[in-house]
Amino acid sequence: MANAFWCIVEDDRQGTPKKVMAEVIGEAARLSRGQTEAVWLTDKASAAGLKQLAEWGATKIRLLESAAFAPYRSEVWVGAAAELAVKEAPRAIFAPVTSRAREFVARLAARLGVGLAADCVAFAMDGERLVATRPVYAGKLLAKTTWAKTPSVATLRPNVFRPAEAQPGRTAPVERPSVTLPAAQMKFVERREEVATGLPELTEAEIVLSGGRGMKGPENYVILEDMAHVIGAAVGASRAAVDAGWRPHRFQIGQTGRTISPKLYMGFGVSGAIQHLAGMRTSKVIVAVNKDPEAPIFKIADYGIVGDLFEVVPELTKEFKKLLEK
Amino acid sequence: MKILVAVKQVPDTATQVKISADPRAIDTTGITWIVSPYDEFAVEEALRIKEKRGQGEVVAVSLGPERVKEALRSCLAMGCDRAIHLNDPAWNGADTLATAKALAAVIQREAPGLVLCGRQAIDDDMGAVPAQLAELLGWPCASWVMEATVDGDGKTARAARQVEGGLEVFDLPLPAVLTAQKGLNEPRYPTLKGIMGAKKKEIRDVKATDLGLAVEPPQLSVVMLEALPPRPPGRILQGDVPTAVKELVRSLREDAKAI
Amino acid sequence: MKLDLSAEQQMIQALAREFAETAIKPIAAEIDREARFPHETVKRMGELGLMGIAIPERWGGSGVDAVASVLAIEEIAKACGSHAAIMSVNNSLYCDPVYKFGTDAQRERFLKPVASGHAHGCFALTEPQAGSDASNQHTLAVRDGAHYVLNGRKQFVTNGREASFALVFCATDRAKAHHGISTLVVEKGTPGFLVPKTEDKLGIRASDTAELVFEDCRVPAENRLGEEGMGFPIALATLDGGRIGIAAQAVGLAAGALERSVAYARERKSFGVPIGHHQMVQWMLADMATAIDGARLLTLRAAALKDEGRPYTTAAAMAKLFAAETAMKVTTDAVQIHGGYGFIKEYEVERYFRDAKITQIYEGTSQIQKLVIARDILGGSR
Repeated sequence: MANAFWCIVEDDRQGTPKKVMAEVIGEAARLSRGQTEAVWLTDKASAAGLKQLAEWGATKIRLLESAAFAPYRSEVWVGAAAELAVKEAPRAIFAPVTSRAREFVARLAARLGVGLAADCVAFAMDGERLVATRPVYAGKLLAKTTWAKTPSVATLRPNVFRPAEAQPGRTAPVERPSVTLPAAQMKFVERREEVATGLPELTEAEIVLSGGRGMKGPENYVILEDMAHVIGAAVGASRAAVDAGWRPHRFQIGQTGRTISPKLYMGFGVSGAIQHLAGMRTSKVIVAVNKDPEAPIFKIADYGIVGDLFEVVPELTKEFKKLLEK
Repeated sequence: MKILVAVKQVPDTATQVKISADPRAIDTTGITWIVSPYDEFAVEEALRIKEKRGQGEVVAVSLGPERVKEALRSCLAMGCDRAIHLNDPAWNGADTLATAKALAAVIQREAPGLVLCGRQAIDDDMGAVPAQLAELLGWPCASWVMEATVDGDGKTARAARQVEGGLEVFDLPLPAVLTAQKGLNEPRYPTLKGIMGAKKKEIRDVKATDLGLAVEPPQLSVVMLEALPPRPPGRILQGDVPTAVKELVRSLREDAKAI
Repeated sequence: MKLDLSAEQQMIQALAREFAETAIKPIAAEIDREARFPHETVKRMGELGLMGIAIPERWGGSGVDAVASVLAIEEIAKACGSHAAIMSVNNSLYCDPVYKFGTDAQRERFLKPVASGHAHGCFALTEPQAGSDASNQHTLAVRDGAHYVLNGRKQFVTNGREASFALVFCATDRAKAHHGISTLVVEKGTPGFLVPKTEDKLGIRASDTAELVFEDCRVPAENRLGEEGMGFPIALATLDGGRIGIAAQAVGLAAGALERSVAYARERKSFGVPIGHHQMVQWMLADMATAIDGARLLTLRAAALKDEGRPYTTAAAMAKLFAAETAMKVTTDAVQIHGGYGFIKEYEVERYFRDAKITQIYEGTSQIQKLVIARDILGGSR
């Protein structure tokens, strides 16, 4: 029976795997019996990137390198990956939850006629059976799911799984299988960059600051951004703040926004509506600052300050500065 | 142009969900059901495309038990022209792939020029059906679309999909599947006239055998549902702001090691 | 006996609830504080079809029924009493009589724009010296060829400043007392039609309550609703329907106050437990919920009778009486449950308390309702 766990490589589009791959490879390595394979579809892979994958613990790297893979179009990727998957019959196919991987592996699972479990937060082997845990119903429940047959296709929520520690000097063979490249149907027109904030991406950040209705207006987010620059955090917002037009949609955390799972989440003037909790509940440490002691967010917060955020935020920024200067 | 919108009926976010006697399912008593919010963006976009073109037909499709008619009725009230209800116990426990297969079979019969879906349903948050549907149909697919236009002759759609750090714009030859992300539009409320008019519109029941589909076991199934493990009780930091803040920073550094 | 709403009525209720939650609730405190007419949301309510719910589509309305109106007004009132007042007056005090008593030509000119939400209507009956005693009309219309020359003063007219059309009750023949009252539709902008004053009120502060003054105001005779002398029965019939609207408003205010009280009782702690665990609070909440349900059922029954074309005067009076008294009692208790927080503006229950008061007064005070009910049960012999 097939044993290889495939890890679909997400990269920065410049030839370097994203940090989240350490988590995907780490989890795959924990489950596989020594066959943790990185499968990388890219227009260009850097030598450093290949080395990085091996150091994280990939036992083999299957590199599908072609200009046709950029920009990502599902019809091209799926055709190529499916051909390889049918030939190699992996035990599982893992990918991080990213904009393209989530679409790609869903489509790939359909091509292969197997099940897909999206946005998983835990895995366990139950004998020969792989069982995935994933949040459902706005994160109010966890569903344990399993597959009828292999390969088991899954996406993994970032910042949840313990990342593999890189072992310098570890190497892995790089295979360059030849596959048929389907013709692209979609025609690329342009890429529009967001205005760079100099802050990390919301879904990738280890620390996220979030401002809710208590921020009182768009002009006040600058105090969160000041703090974010000090501690290297991303800045998000609640639906109330986004619907009020204070922040663009892409910054919304919650059910109709982004799902995040940072090491540290700090909510300022966020009440903690169910739909917001759905997007940040799996954060490791939760801090809430709200002047309403009854705000529901305090129910899930590890640390809370009942007070005026406009007093707390500058003070906190000052203290973080002091701490990090040490 | 005919546009087909696939919608799912889901529990309202504010509804309390409880695990039923069968640990694989939730107890549906007392649940308020709604059209999944992303699907409303999809319905709105379909209606806007039709209105802009000045002609066409918008068909809403949903899979699920009898109660799903309510969801379809509210799509009709928003302005969809007719609805198809994939209503068959054979689809109980359908996973994303089985759902996609059923939808694909309907789509092959209806032959729309465009299929719109929400980016994911907010009950199981799988977000897989649209891409799987595109795969089964062999159509191109753009997910998490923030802007969409259809050219005059109905041959191409231009869609901007949301990716990390920006938007990627593509031209998709039609037919194609697009999935709606929040920000694509602001869904309309149904008007009272729309609600009254919906009564006269058709909701057609379709069974698996009508589509020539055999019942297949699901590829992915729920073993059990579990309540969330309780979070350890939190601590409200006391004292004036400087004192509370100092204690917070110390705790984050020394106890939680979060910074 | 069936108590189920139709699928359409449920959808209208859900729509009104959703709109109230997302569009009205966030601004309710602000427009109350500033006593500002909410043009933007009222316009959207018009687009949704909430301003002429029971009027047939042909005349710009939504073609639904009185039951749906009640459901919608209740949901709107849960979020804001002012919006509910604006909506209720437009639907039942203006659109209903113009539809019921107007000719097709009048419906075309005076109903269509209002039922479709493009303009507002108001109902001008009360005068400085005559509130409950509606037969005592000092406003006088004297026929002069193809016109009436209108002189007089109307008071406490909801939507008076914003309305494009006023339904004005006036004496056309003083000698005939209440048999000499007629109804004219007077268009805003008619020379001699003035709105000198808007009242500063205790509650429903975002609705406008104006004084209307007519000084030699020439109104075309074709603007008369019904025959000369029919004004009093038109007023009474209209108020019957209007009372159902106010009852719905009262139910909504009470239900909104209860909703907030329940949430507060779950969250607020005293003596180490949520206050909802205390029997005295439970007792109050149970009474509140029961009274609201009773008021709601009376209101829906009156609306259902109206929809079936059956007599509903007494049913409407009972609904209005009971719902208004319930609203006052429930909002008072809601403030009590909130304690000191109930007394300050931040928790908003004080607004429900202030808004509730008017439901005991306008469109017939609670005392007048009792009179109507008593007359009916005594068979006309007082």
